[in-house]
Amino acid sequence: MALLEVKNLKVDFETTDGVVHAVRDLSYSLEKGGTIAIVGESGSGKTQGAFALLGLLPRNGKASGSVIFDGHEILNLPTRQMNRYRAERIGIIFQDPMTSLNPYLRISRQMTEVLEHHRGMSHSAALAESVRFLDAVRIPDAANRVRMYPHEFSGGMRQRVMIAMALLCQPELLIADEPTTALDVTVQAEIIDLLVDLQEDFGTAIILITHDLGIVAGTCEDTLVMFGGQVMEHRKTLDLFANPQHPYTQGLMAAIPRLDKKVDRLSTVSYEFMVGERQA
Amino acid sequence: MSEREPILKVRDISVDFSIPAGGLFGGRKVLRAVKNVSFDLYQGETLGIVGESGCGKSTLSRAVIRMLEPTSGQSIWMGHDIQKMSVKELVALRKDIQMIFQDPLASLNPRMTAGAIIGEPLLIHYSEIGKVERLARVIAMMEKVGLTADMINRYPHEFSGGQCQRIGIARALITNPKLIVCDEAVSALDVSIRAQVINLLMDLQKELGISLLFISHDIAVVRHIAQRVMVLYFGEVVEMGDAEQVVMDPQHDYTKKLIASVPVPDPKVEMERRELRRRLRKAAA
Amino acid sequence: MAGLTGKDAVLTEYARKLETLDAPKGRSLTQDATRRMVRNKAAVVSVGVVLFIILFAFLGPYFLPWTYDKIDWSGIRKPPNFEAGHFAGTDQNGRDMLARIMQGTQMSLIVAMVATMVSVVIGVVYGAVAGYFGGRVDAVMMRFVDIMYALPYILFVIILVVIFGRNPVLLFVGIGCLEWLTMARIVRGQTLSIKEREFVEAARASGASSWAIIFRHIVPNLSGPVVIYATLTIPEIILTESFLSYLGLGVQEPQTSLGTLISFGAPVAETLPWMLIGPAVVLVSLLLCLTYIGDGLRDALDPKDR
Repeated sequence: MALLEVKNLKVDFETTDGVVHAVRDLSYSLEKGGTIAIVGESGSGKTQGAFALLGLLPRNGKASGSVIFDGHEILNLPTRQMNRYRAERIGIIFQDPMTSLNPYLRISRQMTEVLEHHRGMSHSAALAESVRFLDAVRIPDAANRVRMYPHEFSGGMRQRVMIAMALLCQPELLIADEPTTALDVTVQAEIIDLLVDLQEDFGTAIILITHDLGIVAGTCEDTLVMFGGQVMEHRKTLDLFANPQHPYTQGLMAAIPRLDKKVDRLSTVSYEFMVGERQA
Repeated sequence: MSEREPILKVRDISVDFSIPAGGLFGGRKVLRAVKNVSFDLYQGETLGIVGESGCGKSTLSRAVIRMLEPTSGQSIWMGHDIQKMSVKELVALRKDIQMIFQDPLASLNPRMTAGAIIGEPLLIHYSEIGKVERLARVIAMMEKVGLTADMINRYPHEFSGGQCQRIGIARALITNPKLIVCDEAVSALDVSIRAQVINLLMDLQKELGISLLFISHDIAVVRHIAQRVMVLYFGEVVEMGDAEQVVMDPQHDYTKKLIASVPVPDPKVEMERRELRRRLRKAAA
Repeated sequence: MAGLTGKDAVLTEYARKLETLDAPKGRSLTQDATRRMVRNKAAVVSVGVVLFIILFAFLGPYFLPWTYDKIDWSGIRKPPNFEAGHFAGTDQNGRDMLARIMQGTQMSLIVAMVATMVSVVIGVVYGAVAGYFGGRVDAVMMRFVDIMYALPYILFVIILVVIFGRNPVLLFVGIGCLEWLTMARIVRGQTLSIKEREFVEAARASGASSWAIIFRHIVPNLSGPVVIYATLTIPEIILTESFLSYLGLGVQEPQTSLGTLISFGAPVAETLPWMLIGPAVVLVSLLLCLTYIGDGLRDALDPKDR
């Protein structure tokens, strides 16, 4: 049985200019320990589609369809029950690590709190466990750094702390929303490599949301390309890159300047495929 | 590129910032953001400046054209030192050197129409031309960058990101400049729009013979658009040379790491590169 | 690019195009804000009430048989009497209360407008200049504001009364000259954040002068906080005026203002309630509506809404 089964997910936003359909029809499934990348440009609905699973939509957003997590329907669960899933079984990493780190508390306090509350650990055991996780995300000198405040870490280190915190309760599913967009390229590579290694070590299933096809290439088994709230293409990553089927995917790939190939002129994405769909 | 005098000669530019040293009575300490950078820029050429956030690339570009005051150094613009120019000469210089910014929407005044934004440099530098001619030039420029004349009365928030950046480009081009400083000009754009804007910049450069100082954190984009590349690391030039050569055969360790980190949209290549990165990390440790 | 530097055929063609050009008007931020404002019912009703009060105060006197300073010897301290034309009764001196309320409202509105306008103009220019130039200019200008803040307000008012004597409008020009302090601080704070925005740097990069940047790029983008704060200043000044008149420093007899009327009505509220109720109702509804308008404007202009 699949760990996560998303069926016909729709997300609508009530705005002053009428209803906006952010996600029109999104279906996919993810095995235990599987990895899927959801790729799209801004406004494609990639983030809203993932946030909807966790009940993280803004107040004017409404999700419908079905999301089965480990045999239970979790879409639009009451906040109380959803919080249990979010705390124990589904981890999340945001683009900006500061959104989920409290700037006024030491890292140690923020990490041990989770373990003490959800796993019933003693304080010293929780502290040791926190250090172990900071070690796992390759933070040097973790035993001492655990006493530091979030602002004392650099951007990349902060993102590592975030990942460590997301993994603390050893969730079965990790949702990473643009985890490296705010980081430098060299740091980005390290974080992505780290995510891949951790996925292998812990067996966590990962949903990686990104705008960057390049990141996807080396990380996830499956890739799902979104545009305008709809799935354009959903295949094994290797196949998708070797032989993209949808004109949008093809256009997107050709529009990226690449280090391994020199072209004189970048081709641009043609939106002709939209014409038929708009009329439909 | 023939062997001519460069239009811009930069010699030993340094910029210091004075920042609080921390603590209540810590006083201030000096942070050297840019250290003795020198380069030449020729007419019609694109020089790419690559580096990560905080490496001083934006500071350098602004110090060169004196948008901020460098601590020391010279930048000779067609025989005249920009750092010694009077206020009046500087205003005249702004006509020849324009800038394009990172955030397409934020770089446009939300209370002005597209026409007013594009026409503003004309108002400053060609105040003698009449309203009709100014409008005509604005429309001509809008069409040149791929906007249509009927958008002239619209406000920035009614345009998409790509269109906003076209407005920014039109504003930079309208005074007929010789050099445009592009500060992360395509970094905030979506992939598909980025390709369009890069193509537009390259086409316009070819047509008008403008020089570009192209600043970006993305070495793949820089390699595509620039003939020469300068790699900046903690305010210092670690490598400078022909773009192709730097990318294919990086000399400095930092450049190697940078190039190995750029994701390539090809799973097979990417797997190999991850192995390469692992080896580099092991070697460093 | 000869076509852009010389006037040639290309240009004439564009000029021709220009004549036939029918570019649709864009939606400005102000129009957007107006649209949002119109959807806010409380604010729209408040605008209606304020307009009504303005009309009432300025046109009302023409429809009344009595003027505000005329004494009706046959009706002193009388409750409302429709036959005699005293729709809101008379005061202790036999003057028609309704006429006096209208005149008082007029006076309160005029002083509020004048003082607010003066404080907005001075505050915006002062704050924007201090904020934009920053550094030493800013330090000196803002220390001056701090000093002004530290001096007792009432001292200035007494000095102004001595200078301007019995002219209430001039007095409130003077009060406006004191009220701008807070406005200047708000504007300076906003300017500090606006001047870091890229479009200001873009203007600097195209060679715009400091004054052009302040007046073309910074001041128009201040309109949000300024408008909101101004709508909050109006009630503040009306209250200040009431307070000063209560102390006998403001408007002088036979002219009156809402504050004066209330101060005369309050001690006799039990025996002559109409002397208090009328002006109090006008003042309270005016203040309430202005607060709602201020709130509505804040919501309409708040960029976070987009």
